[in-house]
Amino acid sequence: MTSTPREITRRQMIQRVGLTALVAGPAVGLLSSCATSGGDSAAPSAAPSAAATSATNPFGVKTDAPLEVVIFKGGYSDEYATQSHEPLYKKEFPQAQIKHQGIQTISQTLTPRFASGDVPDVVNNSGTDMLDGGALIGAGQLLDLTPLFEAPSIDDPSKKVKDTIVPGTVESGFGGDPAKPYTLNYVYTAYGLWYDAKMFEKNGWTPPKTFEEFKTFAEAAKGKNIVPFAYAGKNASYYAYWMILISAAKIGGNEVLLNIDNLADNAWNADAVKQAATAWAEIGKYMDKSYEGLIHTEVQTQQNQGKIALYPSGSWLESEQAKDTPAGFEYAMSPTPSVSASDKMPYEAIRAAAAEGYVVPAKGKNPQGGLEYLRVMLSKEAAKAFTEKTKSLTVVVGATEGMTLSPGLTSVVAAQTAAGQNVVTYSLFETWYKELETELRKQTNALMFGRISADEFCANMQKAADKTKADSSINKQSRSV
Amino acid sequence: MRHGKLTPAALRKYGFVVSFLAVPVLLYVVFVVWQYIQAFQISFTNSRGISPNFDYVGFDNFTRLFDDEVFWAAVRHHVVLLLAMPLITIAIALFFSFLLNLGGGQRNGRMVGVPGSAFYKIVFFFPQVLAVAIVGVLFQAILRPDKAGVFNSALGAVGIGPVGWLITPSLALWTIIGVMVWQAVGFYVVLFSAGMASIPKDVFEAAALDGAGRITLFFRITIPLLWDTLQVGWVYLGIAAFDGFALVQVLSVDRGGPDNATTVLPLEIWRNAFTYSKYGVASAMGVALFFMTLTFAVLTLRVTRRERIEF
Repeated sequence: MTSTPREITRRQMIQRVGLTALVAGPAVGLLSSCATSGGDSAAPSAAPSAAATSATNPFGVKTDAPLEVVIFKGGYSDEYATQSHEPLYKKEFPQAQIKHQGIQTISQTLTPRFASGDVPDVVNNSGTDMLDGGALIGAGQLLDLTPLFEAPSIDDPSKKVKDTIVPGTVESGFGGDPAKPYTLNYVYTAYGLWYDAKMFEKNGWTPPKTFEEFKTFAEAAKGKNIVPFAYAGKNASYYAYWMILISAAKIGGNEVLLNIDNLADNAWNADAVKQAATAWAEIGKYMDKSYEGLIHTEVQTQQNQGKIALYPSGSWLESEQAKDTPAGFEYAMSPTPSVSASDKMPYEAIRAAAAEGYVVPAKGKNPQGGLEYLRVMLSKEAAKAFTEKTKSLTVVVGATEGMTLSPGLTSVVAAQTAAGQNVVTYSLFETWYKELETELRKQTNALMFGRISADEFCANMQKAADKTKADSSINKQSRSV
Repeated sequence: MRHGKLTPAALRKYGFVVSFLAVPVLLYVVFVVWQYIQAFQISFTNSRGISPNFDYVGFDNFTRLFDDEVFWAAVRHHVVLLLAMPLITIAIALFFSFLLNLGGGQRNGRMVGVPGSAFYKIVFFFPQVLAVAIVGVLFQAILRPDKAGVFNSALGAVGIGPVGWLITPSLALWTIIGVMVWQAVGFYVVLFSAGMASIPKDVFEAAALDGAGRITLFFRITIPLLWDTLQVGWVYLGIAAFDGFALVQVLSVDRGGPDNATTVLPLEIWRNAFTYSKYGVASAMGVALFFMTLTFAVLTLRVTRRERIEF
């Protein structure tokens, strides 16, 4: 070649090749750390980093071990962690560095980290993009929390942690087969129909106690140009399916929901589910079609503006809407109406459950610290701070002593008292079987906005449940309580 | 220079070329090609993406796709997108760029665009500057299904009831196609304008002297001489029709709804990977998508191949 502008000497050539090798060097290292590099060598073993245990340090946390906490920054924000829980941990272990991350896309952010073995020590697994709990348990990625619940409580070392929290909390975090507690559900959440007590007072309304009353009420509300009931189909159709499931449990008892969780044959074809779906589809007819295209905050704002009477949600609603709630708007919660006189549970029954999960990854660098962080969270001081920051109750018994509760929380406490032992159970399939849950969202919108009948709803859901059951790639789980 | 012999001259030539190409090719291999290879590998495993351990399961993930109605719904939507979106976009873009460059007729013996075309060119390009997520959020407000939506409040002013742009299953996909077209048109107006600018003006002038009207000019002169650019545009838009993730994710009811009416493969890949933790299935979908895109690109280039007109 004579067209090369300058002659390149052999030495220059070698220099250039050497430069290439230098660039290639780190790249090869990159390749070996990719998703399919295989082997479990990436997962550090938890045991060796433990220190000696003591009464105040029951898990043997190394005092200078750093702790990484990931909090779902949603309705509760993450100030309760940064301003209370983390400082409380730091008080116990002043030498420990705490790395905090408040995010919304839990799954997208943490999935690659689980794959590579570099995981945080505490994860608040929540929100619409939460990690698939069943898959994590199946892969041995989560720590069994039994030692936490058996450990002495911070407030009263003579008591075990499990005896200082609302009964049912430990079981609500069960997973795997055999079932063990892998998740600490921290927030005491009650579900029902939320309304503005002042608006009802002004119009002389009371929340409907039966579906017959619900229809009469709906007509009355329509007469006042108020939408009687609405939910956001675009991103919160699960608020509506909760109502259907609660009604199904009220009709047929908690077994109906246990059967659904256990993928029992024909669980969705049960009469109770059909009746509940029929009843709610009737109420759906009072909703404008446009609600299917709105998101939850848009619908909640409409309720704050006095355009919607009843809105299905949980006890986080009041705090979530705090900024948009006008003066004179007083949140209150009522149980879902009874479907028939032969319902197994009374009208007063509510779904109340420990919710908002916290997990400790099994292969983190400081799993003992993770357990200790959860133990700190379950102290009265931490629980009280949480309620103050988020206007939500925790599972810690007696943590609100001496506090003035907001109107919404006061009504939750009243509903809790009225319900007594009549508690509708939570649904675990929501986290166990995400495909089934996705299908339920679709079918709920189709039912509530009048595209399918209750019979089709049950048949479609049964088909999806059967598909999940037959899918060998999905880890099956079961529950008995 | 003969092939196969490593003469010092050849060494010098290739050494020079290699030294320039090594870094970009290496980056491309590490950050693009390698991921493709990994996706092929993962598609044959039961990987859940949350643990480095997995087993090979053969073609299980692919056979699973055959029974998956959501997968087929997504594939059907890509067919609709592929037929409609490029055609509509190119038609509108061609029409606009013709008006902007040649639509004004002759002035001082030269072909010019309609008055104000320099201004329009910039305006048409605006949507291209916006990130697709911003376009999504903008249209969320524009397409709101109640009377508060921009379109619906305008329609309400002339007495037409609110239209459920994104909540009516038969309308939702077309609404999203409309947004995709809106976003793409500007770029292709500019692309085709550049193509038209490179066509020698005397060709048009000669045709115009012979009495050709604007329509004849457009179909007999502009399109044949613009064929290469059109072909490129078609391939680009076709590949874009295999995406649609961001807009569907932001705009549609419950991500792909109502009733799967708007779902697309990238969204289902995302859902299988991040919601269901089925990385194997997600990768199998990705592999299917890879072959669909490749087939489309090859077919388009083959079918539309014409003799190039030199000018």
